[in-house]
Amino acid sequence: MENNHLMRTSLYAGGTSPVKMIQAGFYNEDCLVYDLEDSVSAGEKDAARFLVYNAVKYQRPAGKYILIRVNGIYSRELDEDLEAAVRAQPDAIRIPKVEYAEEVQRIDEKVTAIEKKAGLPLGGVKFWCNIESYLGVLNAQQIATSSPRVVAMALGAEDFTASMSAQRTKPGWEIFYARNAILMACRAAGISAQDAVFSDINDPDGLQKDLEMTRTLGFDGKTCVHPRQIDAVNACFTPSPKEIRNAQRVLEALEEAARNHTGVCVLDGGMVDKPMEIRAKTTLAKAVAAGIKVGGEQR
Amino acid sequence: MIVNSLGRELPEKIGDYVVRPYQGAYATPAPESPVATKRTMGHRIPGDTKLLPDLKAAIQASGLKDGMTISFHHAFREGDLLIGQVLTAIRALGIKGLKFAPSAVVNIKNPSIAEFVLDGTIDRIEASGIRGELGDAALAGKVKNPVILRTHGARPRAIEAGELTIDVAFIAASAADDYGNCTGLVGPNACGSLGYAFVDAHNAGCVVVVTDNLVDYPCCPVSISQQYVDYVVKVDQIGDPEKIGKGAARLTKNPRDLMIAERTADLIAASRRFKEGFSFQTGAGAIAIATTKYLADRMRERGVKASFALGGIPAAIIDMYDEGLVRVVECSQSFDAVAARAIFDRPGVVEIDNADYANAYSKGGFLNREDFGVLGALEVDTDFNVNILTGSSGEMMGGLGGGPDVAGGAAISIVTIPIIRGRTPSIVKRVFTLCTPGETVAAVVTEAGIALNPRHKIYAELKEDLEKTSLKLVTIEELQQLCEKLTGVPKPIKTTDRVACIVEYRDGTVIDVIREIKK
Repeated sequence: MENNHLMRTSLYAGGTSPVKMIQAGFYNEDCLVYDLEDSVSAGEKDAARFLVYNAVKYQRPAGKYILIRVNGIYSRELDEDLEAAVRAQPDAIRIPKVEYAEEVQRIDEKVTAIEKKAGLPLGGVKFWCNIESYLGVLNAQQIATSSPRVVAMALGAEDFTASMSAQRTKPGWEIFYARNAILMACRAAGISAQDAVFSDINDPDGLQKDLEMTRTLGFDGKTCVHPRQIDAVNACFTPSPKEIRNAQRVLEALEEAARNHTGVCVLDGGMVDKPMEIRAKTTLAKAVAAGIKVGGEQR
Repeated sequence: MIVNSLGRELPEKIGDYVVRPYQGAYATPAPESPVATKRTMGHRIPGDTKLLPDLKAAIQASGLKDGMTISFHHAFREGDLLIGQVLTAIRALGIKGLKFAPSAVVNIKNPSIAEFVLDGTIDRIEASGIRGELGDAALAGKVKNPVILRTHGARPRAIEAGELTIDVAFIAASAADDYGNCTGLVGPNACGSLGYAFVDAHNAGCVVVVTDNLVDYPCCPVSISQQYVDYVVKVDQIGDPEKIGKGAARLTKNPRDLMIAERTADLIAASRRFKEGFSFQTGAGAIAIATTKYLADRMRERGVKASFALGGIPAAIIDMYDEGLVRVVECSQSFDAVAARAIFDRPGVVEIDNADYANAYSKGGFLNREDFGVLGALEVDTDFNVNILTGSSGEMMGGLGGGPDVAGGAAISIVTIPIIRGRTPSIVKRVFTLCTPGETVAAVVTEAGIALNPRHKIYAELKEDLEKTSLKLVTIEELQQLCEKLTGVPKPIKTTDRVACIVEYRDGTVIDVIREIKK
């Protein structure tokens, strides 16, 4: 995985439908999640695992960040899911309903064992942790730092509100605290923060309002429930001309420093550090992904 | 065997049919002979009546005999109720061995055309496509003579060249007077434009207008004039306008189709020809209707208005006309009730003769002035040849329609196609049935990217325009390889040597044949 791989949008593709899995590779989402969990009925778990393994191993779409969502931590399918998922070599495994750091650590141990057995690079497969309950939210900071494999956390709003006995609403005040708690945990751990889905695929205006909250709070990406949401969500993360210009200036300053063999790079009186460089590269990657040519020309 | 310029092996003769192999999209000159017609002069004196009591009486009066040719228009498409009634009446009169020459694919079910083929009422078919039970029967060798398939533009050419002579044309009209003035624009079962019936009315030996809405003389508005009409018959119902579109005008929610449609509109908007006064044709179907909507968005954004929209017209185009985005709508067919009504109450929505739309062998038609034509397809190959007739098992799936005409006429012809349907690849090394020659296809738009045809006349221009955008350009070979990677290579379809269908190009040459499927 590249450090600055875009993670603006992630789309689930149900593990039982080869057609949908193939088709999902052609949409504009940054991250494609092959699902073994909720979209797969109990009787089709084995078939889905086989299909997803083959899809990821042999039909991996180019240019996508690939995830496999495994079944629940305490499900009987988990071990077989992990065995198949790790051997298929996605960028990350998406772990549902994480509530404690220890759960992630146990899965890390299992994944490490599979990597060793299969002769795969240790630590190569990363984790995205879905936080879907009040316990998960309360423990978000520990979960975020539970393993070096954890590169992102995502809020699962539907299950979270159910755990809270709250009502899920479009304005989303019932998940406001959870959003912020997860965001702060991600920021503290230096990992990607992924916002909850907006479930009503027939309400583009509602999605736009929800996206205003997503962007204002500072999320890095959002899960989409339908391909129709992808372009709107990507657009939400499209940087402004000012952000693009600033990113260009950061990279120009770094190039200048490299040319002059200067150890320290300074811009506008401040030092340019590694996180600034990564952020600048990410900003420009988002701009390019949105069809913006360097210099601000837009299609 | 002979081989045409696209490498298709063809018999020199198929029964009595002498094969003229395809040589190139613009290679065949027009013959210098006068236009052929079966139309005869008439002499009606005051007091004469043309109104007959029923179809049997009209068939008898027309002089229809064994072995003659009958024709119908396809304005009602899946909702046609006339063809079955006429064929049933013909069968009752014991007339056999007719050539059935409708203006397109007609897929009526009750009764099925196949019944009339199997009982010998019909023994030859010339249409734009056959499908359903009739298509299966033809490919199974149950139709005695090979079916001749022609595009919308090729049919009037064949009629005027004397290759298709129509003895009796039965014209369904949603309003007619007792002297034959008629239209599809008004009446309880209005079908809209009668564009495909004009050439039949003008050239058939006998013209029978059939209506379910007999109006006071003179019928107004009028599409086909009394001077061409021999007889008029009233029946209970000529067609069901609700079934004309049959979903064709519905806006799809399929994200893949929407993505292809949006890319198509983006391609059009990126072209230098997308400017004030441009012209276009998007047709009907899921991707086409969505393309129309996205194109309207791009026109609004850029403040560009079109001079004309052409061909089969759905409500989406009428919406654009109402908004002032299109100055004139040239309508050879109405795809829904809104489009059908629009000709009647909007001055810039015009009913046109199909020959004026698509016939390459006239003194000039709309297609030669069209900037963008959007087409559907079942398969495209790495030479950009297009199959719009046969499916993955070789079965008859559609009709030629105006696809090859639009590709041959429009400056930029765009084929929209998902790279796989189900488990079937759409971009292949060699199409099973070649309908539209690759040299006339400018671009293929898929969910996996846009392939431009290096052999198309405006390739350099289009490439230069699209390279200024972020639209994903791929080669057709890349698309084919991607398909193959995803689906594998399907087993080849095995055929016998017997030719079931002859596929004529718009100039009357044979671009391909469809052979009987080996069981």
